Amino acid sequence: METPVLSAEGLAVMRGEKLLFSGLGFAVGAGEALLVRGPNGVGKSTLLLTLLRVVRPLAGAVSGLGPTEMHHIGYQHGLKGRLSVIENLRFWKQLGGGTGLAPEAALAEVGIAALSPLEAGFLSSGQLRRLSLARLLVSERALWLLDEPSAALDTEGEALLGRLIDRHRESGGAAIIATHHDLPLAVAPRTLVLVAAS
Amino acid sequence: MSAFLAVIGRELRLAVRAGGEALTLVLFFVMVGVIVPFAIGPDRPQLMRLSTGIVWIAAFLSMLLGLDRLFRADDEDGSLLLFTTSALPLEAIVAAKLIAHWLVTALPLLLATPILALLLSMTMEQWTKTLLALLCGTPALTGFGAIGAAVTVGLRRGGLIAPVLILPLAIPVMIFGVGSADPLAGNGATLFLIALSLVVAVFAPFAAALALRSASE
Repeated sequence: METPVLSAEGLAVMRGEKLLFSGLGFAVGAGEALLVRGPNGVGKSTLLLTLLRVVRPLAGAVSGLGPTEMHHIGYQHGLKGRLSVIENLRFWKQLGGGTGLAPEAALAEVGIAALSPLEAGFLSSGQLRRLSLARLLVSERALWLLDEPSAALDTEGEALLGRLIDRHRESGGAAIIATHHDLPLAVAPRTLVLVAAS
Repeated sequence: MSAFLAVIGRELRLAVRAGGEALTLVLFFVMVGVIVPFAIGPDRPQLMRLSTGIVWIAAFLSMLLGLDRLFRADDEDGSLLLFTTSALPLEAIVAAKLIAHWLVTALPLLLATPILALLLSMTMEQWTKTLLALLCGTPALTGFGAIGAAVTVGLRRGGLIAPVLILPLAIPVMIFGVGSADPLAGNGATLFLIALSLVVAVFAPFAAALALRSASE
């Protein structure tokens, strides 16, 4: 493997008073996908936040791409209920900068083009999730950090998610995905199983 | 630059859509002016003497009222987390939010001052001086308020704690704000007020962004 897109070494992370994991090391290269698995509360989401440099690790270091070259999708979508679907997406495109699909095209891609003028507050949680996925497409970033991306998605939505990740990897992007589900990916991902620190 | 304007645009759009909130602040501002003459009696010369101070108190209290929503909504819906992945630094995003916040919470108060001027029987000169002082001083109040709001963003009842935190910081603004409307004083107080606002406008986005970063940890 050439220089990894992102690597972690000897990572130990504390949340509150609890040590979640320690001595964690891995590297993700271009075109790779890494599934992070483990029971609830083991620290999958916190690991993603650490890679995003939002949570500071107790020990160890993350090197490689910085947060402005990543996308993060979590359980909160960063969407305003009083703004329309397209206004929300336009905002994140302007803030994300760089190249990517036009907001209208991205909405069509994730199958909610018809909802474009609707206020985001009226969307179901599955539709909100699709709108979040559209955010991945409007500004191109080399690394996707996805936290339970298939939550609230229907079967067709899961297939869509798989396609998006496949295409992202084909174009040299990488993804780190915390999930309990098996995603329909064309190329098998690597798996990282988190174990609670004793 | 377009990202900076996008943040301002989003804030203004949200404020217009949720129209009630800006109006609540103005109503509160006018209400203080309505109540005070009843509380201190209909003594016109006395009202006129106190009017500048009353307008400042009303403006300060209304601005405190609007403070809580500055970062809380973005924290709760996850926008704050996504700002870390933005091409625009958090400091610039906060600065854009502050400009929008001033436009939404302070500007309507300035526009409502003629009502208070009538209620408190201010002279024309008093009113223009007070308006100028508010124009120069409210940016500092917004900046200090942002620091308070950012520090308390993670707290459930932060809305009550932030005003207590920024009270000592706001006192100089009040002193020089009322002082600059004094007909006998020169323009020293006004200049100091402008200086205060400029310094806070530069300093507050960095302080607030720092507080937001450590809060999200």
